[in-house]
Amino acid sequence: MSWPHKHLLDIESLPAEDLLTVLDTARAFKAVGERAIKKVPALRGKTVVNLFVEPSTRTRISFELAAQRLSADIVNFSAEASSFKKGESLKDTARNLEALNADVIVIRHAASGAPHFLSRIVQARIVNAGDGAHEHPTQALLDVFTIREKLGRIEGLNVTILGDILYSRVARSNIWALTKLGAHVTLCGPSTLVPREFERMGCRVTHRIDEALADADVINLLRIQHERQRQSMFPSLGEYTSLFGLTKARYAKTRPSALIMHPGPINRGVEIDSEVADGDRSVILEQVTNGIAVRMAVLYLVCGGKGPQEIPG
Amino acid sequence: MPSSTLILDGPAIQRALTRIAHEINERNADPASVALVGIQRGGVQVARRLAVLLEQIWGRPVPVGILDVTMHRDDLHQQIAPEVHPTEIPFDPHNMTLVLVDDVVFHGRTIRAALDALIDFGRPARIQLAALIDRGHRELPIKADFVGKNLPTEPADRVTVRLSEAAGPDGVYLEKP
Repeated sequence: MSWPHKHLLDIESLPAEDLLTVLDTARAFKAVGERAIKKVPALRGKTVVNLFVEPSTRTRISFELAAQRLSADIVNFSAEASSFKKGESLKDTARNLEALNADVIVIRHAASGAPHFLSRIVQARIVNAGDGAHEHPTQALLDVFTIREKLGRIEGLNVTILGDILYSRVARSNIWALTKLGAHVTLCGPSTLVPREFERMGCRVTHRIDEALADADVINLLRIQHERQRQSMFPSLGEYTSLFGLTKARYAKTRPSALIMHPGPINRGVEIDSEVADGDRSVILEQVTNGIAVRMAVLYLVCGGKGPQEIPG
Repeated sequence: MPSSTLILDGPAIQRALTRIAHEINERNADPASVALVGIQRGGVQVARRLAVLLEQIWGRPVPVGILDVTMHRDDLHQQIAPEVHPTEIPFDPHNMTLVLVDDVVFHGRTIRAALDALIDFGRPARIQLAALIDRGHRELPIKADFVGKNLPTEPADRVTVRLSEAAGPDGVYLEKP
């Protein structure tokens, strides 16, 4: 088991073996978060920069805590407070961060491919924290980590992803991770948001929710992203709920062991009923806890050097 | 030319561990406050063997923890991130005498990391160090309290300790490059 990459840019380019390395490493880091002293010195003296050009609170805080629990120093660089407002290009910003001797840059950007671009122009390690509608690799890793922890495996499971797939980087990264690890993925939502083209990624696409929920071992609900929808993709939120919301009635018909997941923030009463979100099969808050462990694992792995794994006494 | 020499065979390892167990007994008047902590990976099996021997002497089970020091190492930048193994300390180390156990002591850097890692779990009364093999070449001021065998080596040599969990051929080998 080893991690041969300098960056974490996407899930698409990683073999299943590397995904499992992150998941196994995260398990050990999760235990750190459960101790009285939730901190280890693995990244002591390293500087991590959170470059969040697109606003985000929970992912940024999760990376912040992850870096702190590894004893790294972390600085936040956000769109509102930075020189992007003054017209500085991403390239110049990145070069400036490099001049500050950043070891890792965690980037969230509205443009797909921004992390890949950065990885070509700076020496620092790059971790993609969400780029446009492309990928959100750490979210997918924490989702599969949570599924594996709860159900003991990924292979052979039926995972239904419900909601706004078209605009969702979470969905894309999840589809890559789940299919690489051997799960059967079903996508469901309005046809405008769940186009048939996703069948090419190895998924089953359906626009009938009862069909999507019937045999699901995991139901992952995605938020309706108002901010990404340039024109209205469905008539109203009320209509979305009545056709695709995970209501109590639909929940009652799911498999009794099916996990309910959501990357947050949840729109209660839109994609999910309150009682379902707070129910005993909901692992939404565990996803948040696991997110820190997975991000610790990612930061730890990308900070490794090039030499052979050798632990002399 | 590379060579591999058998340094200790199964019975010799068992004799060395028995002697260490008796030394731990002599040094610690209160068995109830003693716990063993094996360092991942090689030290874990040594600690389990010592626990069996100490139970025969003391007539009571001895708690065994396992400690992974990967996150406390200071050489991450020199190598591909090493595999992280579980740490399990199933007792409260507060006011206990902890015997840290490793198979081979070499530079002493693993022990340094282990001391840091262990302190995060509480404040033990004291920490002692037991090793099956001390091969010298210390880079830090660390000295084992209990040693199975002192083995003179060259820095480039490898010392391999094989301890099977079930019955099987145990052995300590010195490999010359």
